[in-house]
Amino acid sequence: MKTIYKVEDLSKEYDGKEVLKVEDFDLFQGEIFGLVGPSGAGKSTLLRLLDFLEPPTSGVIKFKGQEYHQTKEPGLDIKRKITTVFQEPALLKTTVWKNITYPLKIRGIPIKGELKSELENLITDLSLWELKDQRADKLSGGEAQRVAVARALIFKPEVLFLDEPTSNLDPTNISIIENKIKQYGKRTGKTVLVVTHNIFQAKRLTDRVGLLHRGEFIEIKERDNFFNSPDNKLTQKFLAGDLLP
Amino acid sequence: MHTLIQGFREAIKLLISLDPELLQIISVSFRVTGTALFVSVLIGVPLGTVLGLVDFPGKKIITALLYTGMGLPPVVVGLFVFIMFSASGPFGSLGWLFTTRSIVVAQTILALPLVTSFVMTSVLSIDIALIRQMKSLGTSRKQLLWTVIKEARLGAVVAMAAGYGAVISEVGAVMLVGGNIAGKTRVLTTAIMLETRQGRFGFALALGIILLLIAFITNMIMMKFQHREIK
Repeated sequence: MKTIYKVEDLSKEYDGKEVLKVEDFDLFQGEIFGLVGPSGAGKSTLLRLLDFLEPPTSGVIKFKGQEYHQTKEPGLDIKRKITTVFQEPALLKTTVWKNITYPLKIRGIPIKGELKSELENLITDLSLWELKDQRADKLSGGEAQRVAVARALIFKPEVLFLDEPTSNLDPTNISIIENKIKQYGKRTGKTVLVVTHNIFQAKRLTDRVGLLHRGEFIEIKERDNFFNSPDNKLTQKFLAGDLLP
Repeated sequence: MHTLIQGFREAIKLLISLDPELLQIISVSFRVTGTALFVSVLIGVPLGTVLGLVDFPGKKIITALLYTGMGLPPVVVGLFVFIMFSASGPFGSLGWLFTTRSIVVAQTILALPLVTSFVMTSVLSIDIALIRQMKSLGTSRKQLLWTVIKEARLGAVVAMAAGYGAVISEVGAVMLVGGNIAGKTRVLTTAIMLETRQGRFGFALALGIILLLIAFITNMIMMKFQHREIK
């Protein structure tokens, strides 16, 4: 499998306290990776570094063979290949339609032809067609998160990060969002990394799973092996719901 | 009371007959305050947005200066601008004193801190998560700045209304640097002062009614905008 991300000796400190220390981590092209771990494990921090929203304190992030570090961040053209759907949808105070098409607008991509029908299909798949002209700040939590997912998928990012995308959502919304994420990963061959502390979600969605604990990777394995035959005691404790932060 | 009623009658008559002197004063007022507000918005909106978004050394000092600027005594601003544009001042050679240009400068100095700080406060109230999300979606710095301005638009409108309110009703600085020259630098407020002193209460009241009308319309526009945002 082709590596899209390679992380080497990555560290992040806040106020002199190290919250993340990843010696070696590879993310493969086309896989759906599940990043699990208790609260405060450093999952969201790792995502912010991989999405180049924050620089690391030390270490290297290789994206598609190019090295980036504390003083060298990628250009806008590279950053535009990656995006994150956060736990909070963070929508603009405008219509659903304008929110979803925002990434196209900032990239100067006109909505016509095949893209227009793709957009319409995406909106329909996420059950948003009826809401497309509504103001986004009037939506329910589940509707808003579906808009956030549509907004992230419309420009077909090479890497899609999702940070607890379905926390606090009802089963229907979880199902719609999970199906779309899985479909995106499998049909387009793009890379997806989903942060979750829901073990069942990781089982449903992912190809590989990694446990992060106190800023360090404890174990990374193929999904079935991770859940059925974990090597590390901490992983076993985590799966038993017994791992403290 | 009799004077007041008579004044009102005269004011209505002047307004209905579209008195040329009255129209001249209104025209100068709109031109001057409009230009001052335009310049203030042009500088204040991006400056307030940057101040709300970016941390840099000296930001606290600039913010403190800005807040001080919100309470600047207009007459002191007038004095400062007067000295700057007087014959012996650094910009004396421009010949702007007792022209509408010097009034625009004075009014801009008064409106700019208001516009900037209102916009800054509005930008600061935007959720940091939204800014992070916009960056993650691939906005350039300019696009991020524009998106934030649009998100803070309610604050920007309030800023404009506050700035306009401050300059349209200002008299001290305008009197000092403009000189209240008929047909040239006479604006609504300075004309009210003059007409009152001369006992032409009707004319002064007509000007006063127009000032109030402008304030009313400005607030109506603002309320309509707010209502649309909240709805």
